[in-house]
Amino acid sequence: MDIYLPIAAVSLDGFVLLILGAAVGFLSGVFGVGGGFLLTPLLILIGVPHAVAVATSANQLVGASVSGALAHWRRGHVDIAMALVMLTGGLAGSVFGVWVFALLLRFGQADLVISLSYAVLLGVLGLLMLVESVRTFLRHRRGDPVQPKLHAHNWMHGLPFKMRFRRSKLYISILVPLGLGFLVGTLSAVMGVGGGFIMVPAMIYLLGMPTSMVPGTSLFQIIFVSAAVTVLQAVENGTVDLVLAMILLVGGVIGAQLGSRFGAKLRGEQLRAALAVIVLVVAVKLAADMTVTPDQLYTLEILQ
Amino acid sequence: MRARATKVRLLAPLVFLASLWPGYVQADQPLLADLSSHLIAITTGFTGASVVLFGATDGPGDVVIVVRGPERDMVVRHKSHFAGIWINTRQVTFSGVPSYYAVFSSKPLDDIVPQPVQSLHQIGLANLRLQPRSTSLDPSEVADFRNALIDDQRRLGVYDDEVGRINFLGDRLFRAQVDFPATVPTGTYFIEVLLIRDGNVVTGQTTPLVVSQVGVDAEVGEFAEHRALIYGLIAVASAAVTGYIASLPFRNA
Repeated sequence: MDIYLPIAAVSLDGFVLLILGAAVGFLSGVFGVGGGFLLTPLLILIGVPHAVAVATSANQLVGASVSGALAHWRRGHVDIAMALVMLTGGLAGSVFGVWVFALLLRFGQADLVISLSYAVLLGVLGLLMLVESVRTFLRHRRGDPVQPKLHAHNWMHGLPFKMRFRRSKLYISILVPLGLGFLVGTLSAVMGVGGGFIMVPAMIYLLGMPTSMVPGTSLFQIIFVSAAVTVLQAVENGTVDLVLAMILLVGGVIGAQLGSRFGAKLRGEQLRAALAVIVLVVAVKLAADMTVTPDQLYTLEILQ
Repeated sequence: MRARATKVRLLAPLVFLASLWPGYVQADQPLLADLSSHLIAITTGFTGASVVLFGATDGPGDVVIVVRGPERDMVVRHKSHFAGIWINTRQVTFSGVPSYYAVFSSKPLDDIVPQPVQSLHQIGLANLRLQPRSTSLDPSEVADFRNALIDDQRRLGVYDDEVGRINFLGDRLFRAQVDFPATVPTGTYFIEVLLIRDGNVVTGQTTPLVVSQVGVDAEVGEFAEHRALIYGLIAVASAAVTGYIASLPFRNA
């Protein structure tokens, strides 16, 4: 059944959108990431304008992260102090990001920059994950013990403005979580992603947070950053499609339930290898689209 | 439901024409025309619509109709191959571009209207005046952008380069059917009816036609535009509530 999306100004099959939401929800349930990094390019592939795909993914992310963060909150796995510091950086980053995005729209380069950042980011991320999962897999076969290196002292312990984070049992400079928040906030605005896939490894390896505290804290602050991005995109660029976001969210909620059950049955490295392959396929498709000679060399845009 | 609507639409011009027949077109009104409907309502399942234009002249002559959609500014961008990828490099902004354009004529255009008159009244896509805003590109390049714009709009079905037919009933009553595609832009259209005699435009009449979205979609779109902040807050709140409800079944897990 075709549904007219009022902001995207295209008619798309509502069933396809539900399935898409469910598929991304399923993956995020299986792998424990927000799924925004897959949702935005998939929306672009099915014909949603780039700018609307980015802004609407942020809106969908609000719902997805509320749902996920609540589950972690109930288990006491959210470091509020850390989340608030990252949030401060994140809000500044999202204001900056929406401004950058508006600038790109004005110069007609938004589509290119979004596709390019996705292809590069997903390509690098997919390769890293693939290498890591294959290594773990081989180590399991040899029967070596897996020893994650935790909390190494490095350059960031020399930074000023140190603060104690009780929940995470850390005493570090607030500049690091602030900077991390800013980076993720900017990404979130320009690319429509929550940034979980950058935030989570950085919180574990860079900040040295206990692994149990990471997903909840990350999701908790993503709620606010994605909410801020949604409002800013709506006001600044008018690109949030509420109808699209709600359809995706309904599908996503169902998919996430199924996904988390399915994910519990798989081994960690199998999961990560599968995710790596999906990520790489999306990256290659986006990269190919940019290099193949377009059907039309001229593109048109209506000025409001 | 649809059958009845069609019947009413067909009937309206007939009633009008019947009242016209005894000789309502007087000497001081050489041309009289109207539409079967002045509103096209776009709903969720809209697949296009037709409007019938009908009218009468005070004697022999030819009729040309020019349909123009609401004007807006458009940017045309050109992609070039740069470092292995395709990137937008040059652009031209055109002002006052009609969002819909179609021409109808009772006889082949060139037989009844000489080129200068066609140009003056912007009859035909080739005579459509598209004003480029200040640009550093030379005129031949601007012409490429202009052609690209027209080609694109033709592909979308909103510009028609084929001249539509106007049927005469006798030598005074005429009728034409204007078909709008599902992608028809919204706004106020102007339908210009020109009476042609001996290669000159004797008189003209312009009739408005409103194309408008109706229903929930239209309200959402309008709200998002005029109350952007509230719309953004509602978008966030509804997503958050949906997320909260979704987490409830897992409370005890």
